[in-house]
Amino acid sequence: MKKSTRPATYGLMAEFDDPSAVVAAAQKVYDEGYRSIDAYSPYPIEALSEAIGVHSTRMPLLVLIGGILGLIGGYAMQYYTHAIDYPIIVGGRPFHSWPSFIPITFETTVLGASLAAVFGMLALNGLPEPYHPVFNTPNFALASRDRFFIVIEAVDPKFDRDATAEFLRGLGSREVIDVEH
Amino acid sequence: MDTTSYNLPPAAERWQTRALIIGVVALVITAVIAFFSGSLTHSGEAGVAQGEAAAAAHGSTTFLAQFFRSYLVGFLFVTGISVGSLAILMLQHLSGGSWGLVIRRILEASTRTMPLLALMFIPIIFGIHSLYEWSHAEAVAADPILKHKSLYLNVPFFIGRAVFYFVVWGALAYFLNKWSREQDHTGDPRVKRQMQNLSGPGILLFGLTVTFAAVDWGMSLEPHWFSTIYGMLVMAAWGLTAMAFTITALVVLSRHDPMSHVYAPSHFHDLGKLLLAFVMIYAYFSFSQFLIIWSGDLPEETSWYLRRLRGGWELIGLAVVILHFALPFVLLLSRDVKRNARRLVLVALLVLVARVVDWIYLIAPASHQTEGHEQSLWPMLLLDFTTMFAATVGLGGIWLWFFLRQLRQQPLLPIGAPDLDKVLAAATTSQH
Repeated sequence: MKKSTRPATYGLMAEFDDPSAVVAAAQKVYDEGYRSIDAYSPYPIEALSEAIGVHSTRMPLLVLIGGILGLIGGYAMQYYTHAIDYPIIVGGRPFHSWPSFIPITFETTVLGASLAAVFGMLALNGLPEPYHPVFNTPNFALASRDRFFIVIEAVDPKFDRDATAEFLRGLGSREVIDVEH
Repeated sequence: MDTTSYNLPPAAERWQTRALIIGVVALVITAVIAFFSGSLTHSGEAGVAQGEAAAAAHGSTTFLAQFFRSYLVGFLFVTGISVGSLAILMLQHLSGGSWGLVIRRILEASTRTMPLLALMFIPIIFGIHSLYEWSHAEAVAADPILKHKSLYLNVPFFIGRAVFYFVVWGALAYFLNKWSREQDHTGDPRVKRQMQNLSGPGILLFGLTVTFAAVDWGMSLEPHWFSTIYGMLVMAAWGLTAMAFTITALVVLSRHDPMSHVYAPSHFHDLGKLLLAFVMIYAYFSFSQFLIIWSGDLPEETSWYLRRLRGGWELIGLAVVILHFALPFVLLLSRDVKRNARRLVLVALLVLVARVVDWIYLIAPASHQTEGHEQSLWPMLLLDFTTMFAATVGLGGIWLWFFLRQLRQQPLLPIGAPDLDKVLAAATTSQH
């Protein structure tokens, strides 16, 4: 049965006061071998993502592909309409007037790249997500103000309720709490 | 904080001497090549351009014409580093941010070379008749358009305007440097405000002076032709030159103690983004000019491009599109290239070389009569590239010598700036 394999809690959450402490702690958590981890901070801290092992994402590639599709699509659209489907002489210029195609090609490139960025971001990070267990902890609202959090999920093979809690307390956190499902 | 710990590394003494030697040697080489080419083209060699023949008729030899054109290319390139740095310096005073703090001392040292540049302008005054058609009274008398423009395009006013530009740039540089030194000693927060207040109007003055300087020094080489975006083009060109030079200087410093502990990948990342922005804005201005003139297809405007799309110049134009835009653009899209100092400096050096090629493309064809000379232009082109690159290295070397002398005078970080500790923090967190 599915229920029986599910851990009793979602995981353990450690709370920190300042950014350098949370980065140092996150690094130790990662070095200890935990992989099902996440960190929360009121503003982006690049070193924090690095510390929990998020080195690169597929986002840049997606955006590049979106941009290239926009570039080809924009130019092809203009070529088709101006040179093939409905050729009109404008100011004595050739039907395939590449210089005047460039501005629109640039715009469609930007459009393709930004659409790929928005929808690729949503696809990769799983948003919108109406429910997440971390919000069950009382202090978590402070993650959008002045607190920093590290969560080790119970599904991690190295996770052990007591040993992990002890380990997290040793990293200089204010508090370590269980996260309910 | 120990102020002595942010000094130029001892190796800089050697760089300084080398830069001066290379600079002087390159200038001598420019003069020698120009001299021999002058006697070659004089004796009826194919490739004598009509403009030069006209110049010779006005009493100046082709040797002088070739030398001064090359000198002008070098001068415009080197001036770009200083004036562009002045603009970026004012920009970072207005915008803030740690990218500005780490490069501020390099920018300031660049702006302090303004007196040297004013000195370097003097040969252009002597070469004015070799360079500018409108400076000849007979040419103006015979040409109704030049006559009409002579109220603006005349020798005394030309010199007067140049003096004005250097006074404005020099004054802005003087006060920004003076106050920055004050900030080092006192740490007074009011000084920051003062620098901001000057930088706002300063950017405006920069825009106006550079537009007029671009028209005077570059556009008036072909006095019949006009383009309203030319000033913006030169602003972007100079900003790009300054950015690429500053990144190069920063990377060189980052390989030596003590600055190797200060700069973090995030700093290079920001500067790489700015370099990309400058690469794009220059391409944007340059293409806008082309698109509008191509669409309008009016004879008084297209002449400029016709001269640059014939006799081998079309290939140089293509090289500019690739080296100055396509290649740096694609490389700078990558996050890794921007964050890695070693790779970023290669892109910056590529941009600097591309800037010289582009200046040659903008300046040199002005005096070539390309119609009907399609085959014979290649030796001329080769000659242009040799002397113009040599002149750029020459003036660049002398400039670099003076720049390093300036850079030595102050700590390499603005130690009195209120938010300096944030910069240093970036370096320590990145070491995890």
